[in-house]
Amino acid sequence: MSLLEISELSKRFGGVVAVDGCSLSVPAGSITGLIGPNGSGKTTVFNLVTGFLPRDGGEIRFKSRSIAGLGPDRVYGLGIGRTFQLARIFPRLTALENMLVPVRRAGFRALLSRGQWGHEKEHAMEMLDFMDISQVAGTLGGALSYGQRKLLELAAVMMARPELVLLDEPAGGVNPALLERIAEHIRQLNGQGVTFLLVEHNMGFVMNLCHEVVVMQQGRVIAKGKPSEIRENPAVLDAYLGA
Amino acid sequence: MSRTVALKALGLVVLAVLALLVPVLAPDPATTNVAVFTMMYVGLATAWNIMGGYTGYISLGHAAFFGFGAYSLGLLLNQLHIAPGYGPFVLVPVAGLLAALLAVGIGWVALRTRAATFVIVTIAFMFMLQLLAENLVKLTGGGAGLSLPYPRDWGGDFFNTPYYYAMLALAVLALVVSWWIRRSKFGLGLLAIRDDEDKALAVGVPTRAFKLTAFVISAGLVGMIGAVYGYYVTFIYPQFVIDPLIGISMVLMVFLGGLGTLSGPVLGAVLLEPAQLQFAYHFGASRLYLVLYSAVFLVVILLMPRGIVPSVADLWHRWRRRRAAGPTATARGPRKAVKAASP
Repeated sequence: MSLLEISELSKRFGGVVAVDGCSLSVPAGSITGLIGPNGSGKTTVFNLVTGFLPRDGGEIRFKSRSIAGLGPDRVYGLGIGRTFQLARIFPRLTALENMLVPVRRAGFRALLSRGQWGHEKEHAMEMLDFMDISQVAGTLGGALSYGQRKLLELAAVMMARPELVLLDEPAGGVNPALLERIAEHIRQLNGQGVTFLLVEHNMGFVMNLCHEVVVMQQGRVIAKGKPSEIRENPAVLDAYLGA
Repeated sequence: MSRTVALKALGLVVLAVLALLVPVLAPDPATTNVAVFTMMYVGLATAWNIMGGYTGYISLGHAAFFGFGAYSLGLLLNQLHIAPGYGPFVLVPVAGLLAALLAVGIGWVALRTRAATFVIVTIAFMFMLQLLAENLVKLTGGGAGLSLPYPRDWGGDFFNTPYYYAMLALAVLALVVSWWIRRSKFGLGLLAIRDDEDKALAVGVPTRAFKLTAFVISAGLVGMIGAVYGYYVTFIYPQFVIDPLIGISMVLMVFLGGLGTLSGPVLGAVLLEPAQLQFAYHFGASRLYLVLYSAVFLVVILLMPRGIVPSVADLWHRWRRRRAAGPTATARGPRKAVKAASP
């Protein structure tokens, strides 16, 4: 069963067609990779799914429900989390506070409930512990290393227990040791039932981690399948790998 | 830790008692007048900080809500023929509510913009309101001004006292609201917006609703303070209450004390407002005090861009760390701290 279903999605920026009739689906419980050359529209697809950009055409369905036209906060509320290309955290909040921001309280409950509620704090500390960064819980986000920010961003997104997480270049700018840690965390979270869709340029990372891979070029999907199939697909080799 | 909490509590009690005793300790009208204005700016700066300090949205047009509150109370008193005395104070929350309603409209539009554009839009709205107050002559009296009832029974030294306590009550209200927001989920969302609004959206913070709520709360408090001010001066006209300098003063006080802190706006107001009044006293009621303001602004920007409270807190923490590390580690203290913060 597909958790996320994108059909004939399109987006233009003036004369540039960034996404051109893109259709893909993300099976529930999978780790799906979205690859393609620079400018092929991968991040734009992320921005369209998470409500950061309005679509020009097509349909986006999450758990069979249309989510096109919803704002980013509502998309997150429905169970879709995302990270950004360059790890984005709140630099003037501590790591623990960064973890507590995503725990949502609707309407007046937000005004009346405390920012650091006991059980939420416990859950946040457990998650920081899971990512091996609980020692920096009291440190300001701006003082963390890039690797710690990457882990913190992923940990924070998980706080509202999303069903689908969109990771934009999780391996970007991190050393090989940390890369393996991030991959392991993604595998473990996937084992707990979280579905992942990730954009990545590191082919080794994608091929080792993903169950399914979708390849985009010039805003369109040109191939999809298992990593082993993609690796040998002539169209992909020609368009993307340049081999 | 508990000793620090006890010291803080003791300090707060002493401050509260001192604030309550001002009219008793120094009953002469010249002093209580300074106290009324100082307390007014404590409230204004604290209320402004709920929006500007927590969300990072710098509004230079808050004087619009101040003036709107003053006009609202004036018109209510005149239309309903309320006798001067303590009665008008009961209507102050109504004036605040009206200012909050105005803020819903202004915020709805202004909060579609960010950064410098938001600053300019708030200034534009303030001048629009000033123009309206000037031109709706039948309602506001236009440039000729609007008179509010004058409590003749409060003569001599007593006259300023009720206004002082009203301003004190509103300043305490603003502080309690600010403190409450700072420790709430809502406040955490506001701080997240200040740091990175798009990221806040991505993790589910309903940014538009949060910003608008902060803006409306801030404006409502400013409106109530404006209403008491109008009743205090008993005569208002557009340039006098919808005055850009009132808006700029509250912002400057927050920047001086510490943007986004609870005590910063209080400190900024307590330092700056009596200084400004003394300046006006010695150099006449000219706008020469603006030279003082610009000098303060320059000093803040050049030496303490984060304001007094965060800068002093930093120094205090650094001193304590050095003391804890002992004399031999003193020279290496700060470097160690940086290392520990970014392993």
